[in-house]
Amino acid sequence: MASIEFEGKRFASFDAETVLDTLLRGGAAIPNACRAGACQACLLRASTGSVPAEARLGLHPALAGQGYFLSCQWKPQEDIVIASAGALDREASILTLQKLSPTVLRVRLRVESEFSFRAGQYLTLIRHDGLARPYSIASLPESGMLELHVRRIPEGRLSGWLFDEASEGGRVRVRGPAGNCFYLPGNPDQPLLLAGTGTGLAPLYGIVQDALRQGHRGGIVLYHGALNDEGLYMREELQALAAAEGSFRYEPVVLEGSAARTGRLEQVIAADHPKLAGWRAFLCGDPAIVAALKKKVFLSGMPLREIYSDPFLPAPCN
Amino acid sequence: MSSIYEQLGGAPAMDAAVDIFYRKVLADERIAHFFEGVDMEKQAAKQKAFLTMALGGPNNYTGQDMRRAHAHLVQRGLNESHFNAVMENLGATLMELGVPPELIAKAAEVALSTKNDVLAG
Repeated sequence: MASIEFEGKRFASFDAETVLDTLLRGGAAIPNACRAGACQACLLRASTGSVPAEARLGLHPALAGQGYFLSCQWKPQEDIVIASAGALDREASILTLQKLSPTVLRVRLRVESEFSFRAGQYLTLIRHDGLARPYSIASLPESGMLELHVRRIPEGRLSGWLFDEASEGGRVRVRGPAGNCFYLPGNPDQPLLLAGTGTGLAPLYGIVQDALRQGHRGGIVLYHGALNDEGLYMREELQALAAAEGSFRYEPVVLEGSAARTGRLEQVIAADHPKLAGWRAFLCGDPAIVAALKKKVFLSGMPLREIYSDPFLPAPCN
Repeated sequence: MSSIYEQLGGAPAMDAAVDIFYRKVLADERIAHFFEGVDMEKQAAKQKAFLTMALGGPNNYTGQDMRRAHAHLVQRGLNESHFNAVMENLGATLMELGVPPELIAKAAEVALSTKNDVLAG
């Protein structure tokens, strides 16, 4: 049993218990969401103790080098002293809240200090009481604001708050960014395939804008999947973008409905593109669909290193 | 004499080889079900280590690793017919990469030497 010192208090850990679980059990308010080592919401900073590799996985080297770690991934065997990662937080204000569909809210934020990111990465949005969730960034740094697409999760605490209670001008904090699902210049003629479901559209929309802004010349095709027509938010905006940009094509796909193509996303893509050697893919959204898409595009000849993906892991209820 | 691993171009060539090999394995109905739901990046890393070993490249594979890595699959019915299917896919991959038959035979011999451990359960 190890002892954890956090903000001047001691917490005794159980065997094989994560730092996050120990602190939460002891009543500390630690932001957290996926608890699977992916979203980085539960970041803390170690003053003593040797952070194991699995608790640094995916962290920016500059953060790992300063002792930051994923508290849901470290089961300490030794006594450690740790601190909050609050120094990384940036104050932000809510610019606009706009419903894009009954279940998707466009949240635009202005960050009040330096916050560098790439469209398609994700950040942790933190409410005044520490409640935190990861969201992908749909806007370009040049726009001077952060655009997030928030899906209303049934019983979801942060999404429910944003939909029903938050107001324009309200204050939140953001931390990050993280993730490597974004456009990289250097191969401007390579065809790009982007596919995702639900608010997986947010990072994909960011990546499309980034590729176009950086002068990408190859074809860009975006497949957005939804259960039915109502889930195809931002449809007019994307159709307008496709009309204005000859190299960009928008393909809405639904499982049931009439206005768009119907079928499973990975099957529609496989029918359109039996051969994907030479392409690059960006796949975001529901983890099971991202896995199915990944397998399909790989089998169609795309090398694994050309496949960038960001499965949206759900936050466990607690 | 340099190993097939070196002749093919070392570690970078293994990435291309894994893409071909993994694709064949996933498309092979006899064995594809063992790969359902696995993390593709992690699986590719394991296959890279396996191909590197089979082609005489640097490796620290032990029989113990092979047994531990496959025990849960043996419980799910992994047997010699599946092992042979993987061997076939390995041979076809090396053929596609233009490896001469006598060197493929050598690589197959190394891969075959893991059979008892893989199927030990």
